[in-house]
Amino acid sequence: MSEALSRQVQRARTDKSWWVAGALIALGLAYPFIVDPLRDLPLIGDFVPGVSSMVVMMIFTTMALGLNVVVGYAGLLDLGYVAFYAAGAYVAGWLASLHFEDITFHLGSAVSGDLPGIHFNMWLVLVLAGCFTTLVGIVIGLPTLRLRGDYLAIVTLGFGEIVPQFVRNADSVGGFDLTGGTFGIAPIDSLAIGGVVFRQESNKDDLYYWAAIGLVLFTVFCCIRLRDSRLGRAWVAIREDETAAAAMGVPLMRTKTWSYAIGAFFGGVAGAFFASYRAGAFPADFFFQFSVFLLCMVILGGMGSIWGVLAGALILSYLDREGLSTIGSKIQEGGLDFDPTKYQFGIYGLIIVVMMLLRPTGLIPERRHKIELEEGVHDTPFYDVQTEGAMTDRDRSDD
Amino acid sequence: MATATAALHRIRGSSLIDAIGLLILGLVVIWVVVKFAQDPTRFLNVTVLGARNGAIYGLVALGYTLVYGILQLINFAHGDVFALSGLVASTMIISVFGLDTTTGVLLIVIGLVGTLAVTIPLFAVVNATIERIAYKPLRNAPRLAPLITAVGVSFIVQNISLALYGVDFESVPNFIPRTDAVEIGGVGIGWNTIAVFLIVIPVLLVLTWFVRSTRQGKAMRAVAQDREASAMMGIDVNRTISVTFVIAGGLAAVAGLVYLLQFNIRYDTGFQLGLIAFTAAVLGGIGNLTGAVLGALMIGMVEAWNEGLDGTPGGDWTRSMIFGILIATLVFRPQGILGERTPEGA
Repeated sequence: MSEALSRQVQRARTDKSWWVAGALIALGLAYPFIVDPLRDLPLIGDFVPGVSSMVVMMIFTTMALGLNVVVGYAGLLDLGYVAFYAAGAYVAGWLASLHFEDITFHLGSAVSGDLPGIHFNMWLVLVLAGCFTTLVGIVIGLPTLRLRGDYLAIVTLGFGEIVPQFVRNADSVGGFDLTGGTFGIAPIDSLAIGGVVFRQESNKDDLYYWAAIGLVLFTVFCCIRLRDSRLGRAWVAIREDETAAAAMGVPLMRTKTWSYAIGAFFGGVAGAFFASYRAGAFPADFFFQFSVFLLCMVILGGMGSIWGVLAGALILSYLDREGLSTIGSKIQEGGLDFDPTKYQFGIYGLIIVVMMLLRPTGLIPERRHKIELEEGVHDTPFYDVQTEGAMTDRDRSDD
Repeated sequence: MATATAALHRIRGSSLIDAIGLLILGLVVIWVVVKFAQDPTRFLNVTVLGARNGAIYGLVALGYTLVYGILQLINFAHGDVFALSGLVASTMIISVFGLDTTTGVLLIVIGLVGTLAVTIPLFAVVNATIERIAYKPLRNAPRLAPLITAVGVSFIVQNISLALYGVDFESVPNFIPRTDAVEIGGVGIGWNTIAVFLIVIPVLLVLTWFVRSTRQGKAMRAVAQDREASAMMGIDVNRTISVTFVIAGGLAAVAGLVYLLQFNIRYDTGFQLGLIAFTAAVLGGIGNLTGAVLGALMIGMVEAWNEGLDGTPGGDWTRSMIFGILIATLVFRPQGILGERTPEGA
C-alpha cells in the first residue's frame, strides 16, 4: 500500500518537474524577444546577458554536460577536456572552410559551389566532429583508463596540453599546413537551414541561439537517457566502488572508455558549433584553465546531477561572458580599483575549494552521489586484485 | 584450465607491451648514441646544461613526491607555492637586501642565506596551512575530492601571485658567474651549474637521511604505508602529514631561490614547471626521493637535447615531448624507473 502511494507521489513529482522544464524551455526559446525590455529594467537591466552571450553560454553548458558524463557519472577526473573542444573546432575547420584550398569538395553545403576547400553541410560537420572526438577519446582512453584516479587526471591534463600545443605548431607537419598555426583556421562556414545561412541574416545571434538551445536540449535528453541506461548504472557502480563493480561483472575498461568517449562526443560537437558561431578555430581559445573552468561548473552544480550542472554551467559561463566585467564596472563606479575579470580563475579556484569543503554535493545534489559523499564509500584500492592481475584478465576477456 | 589460459594471456599481453616499450627505449638510446658520435663536444655541452635544469626541476619534484608518498595526493598547488616563493625571494634580494652585482661576495652569500631564512619558514607555514584548511577536512572523502580541491588551491595561489606581482617577469642580477669553472676537452661546466648541484645533492642526501633514519622520517614512512595501523602504533598521523607539508614547503622555497638565480619567474611559472616536475616524479617512480631527482635530470636532458641539437622537433614541441614521456611512462612502466609497483599504477 505505502509502496504504491510512494510511487504515486514519485510520479506526481516527476510530472511537476516536467512542467517546470517545459516552462523553462518556453522561456528560453522566447528569450530573444524579451531580452530588450529586460535590459531596460532599472538596477538589474545591466546584468541581463545579450543573446550573443547566451549562445556561448549554451555552448559551454553543452561541454559541461559532456564533462559531467566523465566526472559526474563515472567518477573519472578529466583535466583535459579542452582537448576535445579543440579537436571539434578543428574538424569544423578542416571540413567546412577554405583551409584545404587545393581540394574542392562540396557535400550538401550552403556555400556557393565554386568555392575552393572542403565544404560539408555544417550540421553534418557537427556530427562528424563529435564522431572524431569520440575516436580521439577512445585513443586517449585505452592506454590511460587502466590507471586509477589521480594518474588519469594527470594524463588527461597532459593530453589537454599536447592537443592545443599540437594545433598551435602543426602549421608545417612535413611542410603541410594542417592547422594554420597560431592564426588558426578562418572563416569557417555558417550553419544554414534550407537557403537561410545564419550568418548572413540580420538576426544571426537569434538563429544561432535557437540552434544552441536545440543542442543543449539534445544533450540533456542524451544525459537523462544515459543516466538511466544499463551503461549509466554501470558508471555509477564504478564510481561508487570499482572493485565491487568488477566483482559484479561490470567490464571496467570498456565501461570507462565509453564514458570517456561519450563525454568527448559532446565536447567535439560543442567545439564545432562554437567554431561555426565564431567563424573560426583559434588556438588562443584552447588552454588548460578552460578545462578547470568547465570542471568548476560541474562541481558548483553538483557532480552527476544534470539540473545542477545546467545551473552551474549557466551561472559560471554568464560570469565569464558578461557577469564579471559588469560587476567589475559597478565596483569601479563605486570607486574601488578592482577588476574581477583579471582574477577570474582565482575566483573559480575559490569556488571549487569552497564547494568541496562546504557542500561537496553541489548546488543541486544528485541523490545517489549525496549518499556517497555523506556516508562515505569504500574507496581504498583492493590490493590483491591488482597484483594478481585478475582485473586485467576480466577486461581482456570482455574486449 | 581457464586460469591457465588467463595467465597465458597475461604473460603474452604484458610481454608484448614490454616489448613495444623496450623497442621505443632502444630507438631513443640509439638516437642518443648517434648524436653523441656525430659531435661529442656539442652533445656533452648541451647535456650539461640539461642536467643543470634537470637538477632544478628535481628540487620541485621532491616536493611532489614527498606529498604523494604520504597522502597519495597530487598537490597541484606545489608548483604555485614554488613560484610565489621565488617571487618573494626576488623582493627580498632586490628590495630588502639590495643586492646587485657590485656587492661583495660575502654580502651576497649573507643576503642569499638571509633570503632563505625568511622564505623557508614562510612557505613551510604557507604549505602546512594549505594542508590544514584545504586537504585535512577531506581526509576521508572519496579520493577525487582532495585532488579537485588541489586544483582549486593551485589557482588561488597563482592568483595571489598575480595580485601581488602582476604579470611581469621578476629576475635578479647574475650573482653566480655563468663562465666556465672547468673545461675538459671543449666541454665547459659553468659556475652556476656547479652551484646548482652543490645545493641539490646535499638537499637530496639530507632528505633521504631524514626519511630513512630519523624518528619523524620513520613515522612518515609508516603513515605512507598504512595510516590506520600507524595511528594504532601511537603515531600522530595529522602531525606527521603536517610535517611532510612543512618540509615540502621549505623545499619549494629553496627551489624558488635556485630557479630565480638561474631564470626569471612570474606568477604562472609554477604551473608549467609543476607539470614538468610532476612528470619527473612519475618517471623516477613517485614516492621515491632519488627517483624524483633522477627523473628530473632525464627530463632536463631530453629538453636540452630537443632544443640544442639538430634534427629534433625543436623548442615548440618540448612540452608535448615531456607529456609524451609522462604518458609512455604510465603505459609501459607505471611504477617509474626506481619505484615499487603500487596498486595505483598497475
